[in-house]
Amino acid sequence: MSAVWRVKRGGLAALYMLPILFLGGFYLYPLVSLLRVSFSAPDALQAVAALNSPGIWRLLWFTAWQALLSTALTVLVGLPLAALLGRFAFPGRGLLSALLTVPFVMPAVVVAPAFLALVGDEGLVTGWLQARWQLPRLEQTLGLILWVHVFYNVAIVIRTVGGVWSTLPASLAEAAAVLGARPGQVLWTVTLPLLAPSVLAASLLVFLFCFTSFGVILMLGGPRYATLEVEIYRQAVHYFNLPLAALLSLVQLFFTFSVMVLYTRLQARLSRSLRRQRLRLRSPAGLWGWLAVAAALLATFVGVFAPLVALAVRSFTLGDQGGTWVYYEALGQNLRQSAFFVPPVVAIRNSLLYALLTLAISLPLGAIAAAMLARPRTRWAAVLEPLLLLPLGTSAVTVGFGYIVAMGPLRAWPWLAPVAHSLIALPFVVRVLLPALRALDQRLREAAATLGASPWRRWWTIDAPLLARALLVGAAFAFAISLGEFGATLLIARPDWPTMPMVIYQAFSRPGLLNYGQGLAMSTLLMAVTAASALLIERLRLPGEEEF
Amino acid sequence: MLELRSIHKSFVAGHAVLRGLSLSVAAEEIVCLLGPSGCGKSTLLRIIAGLEQADRGQVLLGGREMNSQPAHQRRMGLMFQDYALFPHLTVAGNIAYGLRMQRMPAAQQRARVAELLALVELKGYEGRAVDALSGGEQQRVALARTLAPKPALLLLDEPVANLDRQLREELAGTLRRLLKQLRATALFVTHDQEEAFALADRVAVMRAGSIEQIDTPAALYQRPANTFVARFLGFQNLLPVCQDPQERSVLQTPVGEFRLCAESVAGQRLLIPPDAARLADEPPGPHAVRWVGRVVASTFRGSLVRVELLPAAGGDQPLCFELRSAGSVWPAGTELALWLDQTRLRLVAES
Repeated sequence: MSAVWRVKRGGLAALYMLPILFLGGFYLYPLVSLLRVSFSAPDALQAVAALNSPGIWRLLWFTAWQALLSTALTVLVGLPLAALLGRFAFPGRGLLSALLTVPFVMPAVVVAPAFLALVGDEGLVTGWLQARWQLPRLEQTLGLILWVHVFYNVAIVIRTVGGVWSTLPASLAEAAAVLGARPGQVLWTVTLPLLAPSVLAASLLVFLFCFTSFGVILMLGGPRYATLEVEIYRQAVHYFNLPLAALLSLVQLFFTFSVMVLYTRLQARLSRSLRRQRLRLRSPAGLWGWLAVAAALLATFVGVFAPLVALAVRSFTLGDQGGTWVYYEALGQNLRQSAFFVPPVVAIRNSLLYALLTLAISLPLGAIAAAMLARPRTRWAAVLEPLLLLPLGTSAVTVGFGYIVAMGPLRAWPWLAPVAHSLIALPFVVRVLLPALRALDQRLREAAATLGASPWRRWWTIDAPLLARALLVGAAFAFAISLGEFGATLLIARPDWPTMPMVIYQAFSRPGLLNYGQGLAMSTLLMAVTAASALLIERLRLPGEEEF
Repeated sequence: MLELRSIHKSFVAGHAVLRGLSLSVAAEEIVCLLGPSGCGKSTLLRIIAGLEQADRGQVLLGGREMNSQPAHQRRMGLMFQDYALFPHLTVAGNIAYGLRMQRMPAAQQRARVAELLALVELKGYEGRAVDALSGGEQQRVALARTLAPKPALLLLDEPVANLDRQLREELAGTLRRLLKQLRATALFVTHDQEEAFALADRVAVMRAGSIEQIDTPAALYQRPANTFVARFLGFQNLLPVCQDPQERSVLQTPVGEFRLCAESVAGQRLLIPPDAARLADEPPGPHAVRWVGRVVASTFRGSLVRVELLPAAGGDQPLCFELRSAGSVWPAGTELALWLDQTRLRLVAES
């Protein structure tokens, strides 16, 4: 009996070691290698000296303030939408909130071309806009970058703040009104102070994502704008200045970890500070209420969906032929006629293969990690919890760069990309599974037991249905993340094993209408698959889980 | 002070919550709206406070029509059932909120907060966080917050419903003493008749959006206007009745005959209060009548025993009585001979 117990415990410990080993080998080890490279190479001193150059400070300054500005704008746009979705019932509300989460998982290689297809130099509405309002050129401007950042992150504000807003007891605002507060005063003295922690939490997360923005800046910023993340990539790949790139990575890690720590502290406080109430939605009041709803719907359509629609439209109508399939057909051709390049259609196969491998790695590891964290405090959980949060605060380029530095001969290994994707997807998978595991209330099982269910039937009728949903959501997340992953893949994937994002990036950086059209077509395909994943996530996610 | 004139309200078309309700509350009077849940009593409070609009009818305060005034200009105090204390403010912050809205100077605010905390016996609680308070303390902070801006009219939604039983009785008493001491005009709603009787000068029994009867607690208990009111106040012995064709003062019921002078009994029922019966050998008064029943069930209630009896003479109409006991309950089947005081019998309109 005790021997069996010991074996069982040994097996469990071995199982629990898996996610820790994975994170140790494929996350901590590359990070430590980065540290080593940045300080041990002969020209490390030179790299450190570079810290004194004004260029680095300008880079840091731009990275920080564009992130701050993006965050402020995102909150400004997100708050009214959160109010609308959190408080009011109107036709199309479910659809709107589902569609608003689509951008969150949309890869930069889809979003950047989409915005160019709408308002870039050759954009669908550019000519029309410039003719009417003398609008300046948007391509390669800060304005476009900010717009894209808002597009990406507004769902975070809506989810985090709207979730809290919808559960604020209505009686609080009513009490304030009866005590003599005008509607504006109610907002300032009661509603906003109560929302402040959630606004701050959302802002920190948005700031984090904008601070490490890569694909958007690389593809839309042109040579003028570079964030830390873009500069790390340029230093590592274009100039092969590994010590400087490593140093910049460390600087960035310092910033992102600080923000991450703040965020998790705040999130923990947020989850216990408010007594939650049942969701209560009202009909918009009067003409102004309905006008606000209409305005929000219109703004959401223009700001969020128009670019995506433009991308799809453009991929069929580029050039002078009118409607055409030619760019989709071209995906099967090797335009360069080069042995090193493969027809783009092969990238679709690669991407799907990588995504499936990512599922195969991140789902089991995520499930083990979540099971470990869901149990009452164990030694393993104490190690794993912070370890799991770190990859969330580490940029993809840093991860990819770490692999280049650390993996030695493994660098040529085609399966390194799915490993990196799994690392990036793992925190998301765990965060989706954890609440489901925690929701498996012991009392539900006890109730089932008293109703005569055997242990196996209890598992099958109570646990499995709840978990299946969460697993599916986790799978959709991992799938979408792997398909769209760009920063790490660009650094580590082999040129003869390109993924869809790589092909898109290359297609847009080469001249020629056919290259451009190929990029548009591939982007549209990637958009369709990720949008489907996002809608699946939205449809299946457990209610009450509003973290992201 | 407060006057409501035929208030109508429906949230869903064709399903009225309030149907032509009228009510007036005199200055310094405490009136209670008593009714089962869903009878529209909370909606009425919200209409008076300005949180909902009546479809028809008028709300007048001190003779002034309030219908078009928004909630924040009405100067009424509403205490919510869940208290709705602001979780981001301290006890003092909560109580001073209404004063802040009136732009009262800070020093005066502090003085008024201290005064109110003394009144509700929470001296020194200024800096406490509201979610660290017990239910009873929260209730008193909510009351202090409502009283702070000196509202012309106090509205209280189930003021003690969220507390446990013992605390409820204690705080109901405190609340009445306090309101009388402040000479406040108050209207409150509850579904609990004990709470209504303990707090109110007058009680209005509500049913499906209108008032069935309004009177002092004692008068209400003595003369319920109809069987709905009687049942809601806890009376169970409501018997179908008809007059003896020969002797009109003899009333025939399924449990036997009683003497009571009445013009007509059409559309009425005979109410026998549960405390109208006595266990005794000798008749306790000139109008007592002998009634024998067989015990169906009996429940020990401390100084009283509640018994359910079927008439020994036959029939399936049970009667319930509360009898003084010497600490014993009677097993089912026991025959009890009781004296019923016929002066306590009432005829109540069927509703």
